[in-house]
Amino acid sequence: MVTDTRSKVVKGEAEGARKVLLSIDDLHVWFELRRFGFGHAGYVKAVDGVTFDVHSGETIAVVGESGCGKSSLMKTILGLYKPTRGKVIFDGKNLSELDSAGMHWYHTRVGYVQQDPYGALPPFMTIERILEEPLIVGGVKKKEEREQRVRRAMEEVKLSPVADFLPKFPHMLSGGQQQRVVIARSMIMEPKFLVADEPVSMLDASVRVEILKLLRGLQESHHLSVIYITHDLSTVSYFSERIFVMYAGNLVEKAKVRQVLDNPLHPYTMALLTGTSEPDAKNAETFKEIPPGEPPSLVNPPSGCRFHPRCSKMIKGLCEIEEPPDFEPEPGHLVACWLYK
Amino acid sequence: MIAFKNSFRELLRYPSAIVGLLVIFILLGVAVYALVTIPYSEAIRLWRGGEDVWYQNPKYASPEWFNFFTSKKEPLSFLANTADGSMTKTVTSSTADISTVEMTYSFDYTYDDYPQEIILYFSPKFNEKLPFVSIAWYTPDGRKIRIADIAVDRKSSYRFSQDQKLQKSLRNEDVMQALFVDPHAENPTVVKGQYKLVISGTTFEKDSDLDVQFVFHGKVYGLAGTDKYRRDILLPLLYGTPIALAFGLLAALGTSVLTMIIAAIGTWYAGWVDELIQRITEINLVLPFLAILIMVGTFYSRSIWLMLGVTILLSIFSGQIKTYRAIFLQSKEASYIEAARAYGASDRRIIFSYLIPRMIPLLIPALVSSIPSFVFLEASLAVLGLGDPVLPTWGKVIDDAITDGAIYRGLYYWPLEPAALLMLTGLGFAMLGFALDRVFNPRLRDI
Repeated sequence: MVTDTRSKVVKGEAEGARKVLLSIDDLHVWFELRRFGFGHAGYVKAVDGVTFDVHSGETIAVVGESGCGKSSLMKTILGLYKPTRGKVIFDGKNLSELDSAGMHWYHTRVGYVQQDPYGALPPFMTIERILEEPLIVGGVKKKEEREQRVRRAMEEVKLSPVADFLPKFPHMLSGGQQQRVVIARSMIMEPKFLVADEPVSMLDASVRVEILKLLRGLQESHHLSVIYITHDLSTVSYFSERIFVMYAGNLVEKAKVRQVLDNPLHPYTMALLTGTSEPDAKNAETFKEIPPGEPPSLVNPPSGCRFHPRCSKMIKGLCEIEEPPDFEPEPGHLVACWLYK
Repeated sequence: MIAFKNSFRELLRYPSAIVGLLVIFILLGVAVYALVTIPYSEAIRLWRGGEDVWYQNPKYASPEWFNFFTSKKEPLSFLANTADGSMTKTVTSSTADISTVEMTYSFDYTYDDYPQEIILYFSPKFNEKLPFVSIAWYTPDGRKIRIADIAVDRKSSYRFSQDQKLQKSLRNEDVMQALFVDPHAENPTVVKGQYKLVISGTTFEKDSDLDVQFVFHGKVYGLAGTDKYRRDILLPLLYGTPIALAFGLLAALGTSVLTMIIAAIGTWYAGWVDELIQRITEINLVLPFLAILIMVGTFYSRSIWLMLGVTILLSIFSGQIKTYRAIFLQSKEASYIEAARAYGASDRRIIFSYLIPRMIPLLIPALVSSIPSFVFLEASLAVLGLGDPVLPTWGKVIDDAITDGAIYRGLYYWPLEPAALLMLTGLGFAMLGFALDRVFNPRLRDI
């Protein structure tokens, strides 16, 4: 039972009237490999046929292990990479058809929270200058207006007293404060859509919750759509509505948070969930079964289902031959696995 | 600004930086002093004016301060003039047409050596009949020596040591020796005391008049001495300072800033732009830099500013581009650059506001340390005979000294003074550069 992803998901939503803000359609991002600097030596298929929609005000978590292509997916959404094939449609406009003025508009609509807060802040600029940069680039001419917006953004991420932080350099701030500056910078143009690339993975466990709460608060007060990229399933339930599980350039499972966490369908999701540590004394005694082998090479991905070499439930003669389409074993729960055909 | 202030404070913790800064400030002070007190046209006049400008100075004279260090005191140079009253002049009219002009000059002579030359420059006023003068020399030990009896034409001068009649009458080829040394003493030594020059002139016309300038060429002169052409070496030393600093600073700034910008552009755009810059650099690296400069100097122009331009042009695509490129390749991947792209910063903004500022800490010490090498380059070109033909520069002085064999004649002061200034410049900038390197580099480690 193959279904059209988009129509199904919209129907599955309680508030089906929510507008589609971002639509990814059969997106491929391939990087060409060159031999000796010129000869062609194949492609790294970082994103290979990804389709999904993000509605306005919706939060989506993209989960996957390192090297599964989630960063490439995100950078393509941000317009940093050009899609090899497929479309990224934001607010009804295809990104690859936008001219430079259009891209300028797009950059003001999308915010970007990075993983490493220290690396994300230019070390030679003061906090004031860092926050002012997007405004200057975005064409806010008046100095007073820029100052005002910088102050407002800093208050919003609870960097107070504002005047104390303005003249500081990034290295004078703690990791949590740096990440607040990064969030303030991503929010300063008042975007509709936020891409958060593992925003808490580099932070101390003690400040993670703070930052996640802050993002959650911003998402609610600004009615933001958020794509939250992570490899850590334990932080997902904080503020995501849906989870997309990514494996080797494909989305293998798309469903609501509770559906995935309580009833994972794809063998890979199951393995991921098994791998998640819960602070429980019992865990010290139990042995967890994790999938054998390494994530596959994205240059030569396995034929058929990309997970089949590591899958314990592989169906011989099917999984290694044909790529599974999306199945919908329960409403709003899409999974690309032959087990549910 | 705060960061700059902090770096400066940190810099002052290094004694070498303080010494370096002191040297640089002194050089800058000299440069400003030279530019303010000697206008360009005046500098050129004094440097290239000819014998009319330099006649008052002795030839090959050592600096006056040599006398502090030697037991044998060399005579200083001076001049006296009847026109301005520094030499006494009395006019007595005996008849309507004929009058006597008595010009005397007495001076204390306390030196241990006799002077280089004594010259009288006459400026008579007459219509047809030339005035006549007889010159007499009175020594402290009471001898009176008749020097000459001559008719004075317009613009005539009388050089004591070149008068062969005088040489004969004194029975000494060295007139100066004969005038200042006691011939009867066992050990001929210079007689110290008051010497007197008496010039008795007679004019033969009513309105005729006579003035004389008494030019005494000692063996030491001024703060820096003089060269072959009697030019005061202090002038090129003073005026060469702003030229050397300007050349060094402009060349260093031009090359390092342009190199950095080109490296940043190549790294950022990558692709064929980068390839092109790389290949140009590699070709430029094998081009003989000095040989090209010599060719330009020989066949086109030796103007220092043209040389500066060619130097900058040839140094832009230097090996430094590869160093900068290596660092830019690294900082290009920084996630703050990615963030800047995500909020739509243009390529130009990324290059100039994100890539290059990161390199400033590396640029400043390199720039300061490279200034002396360009100052030396200018001097080297001058020594190779490619110095600016108009401007008084340090290198030009060394070139003149070497051409004239100053070292073999023992005139060490002549090439060594500009050389010392060159070394001082090098030392000052090098010391500051080393300290800057130490101040800025700990930060570079955490790129």
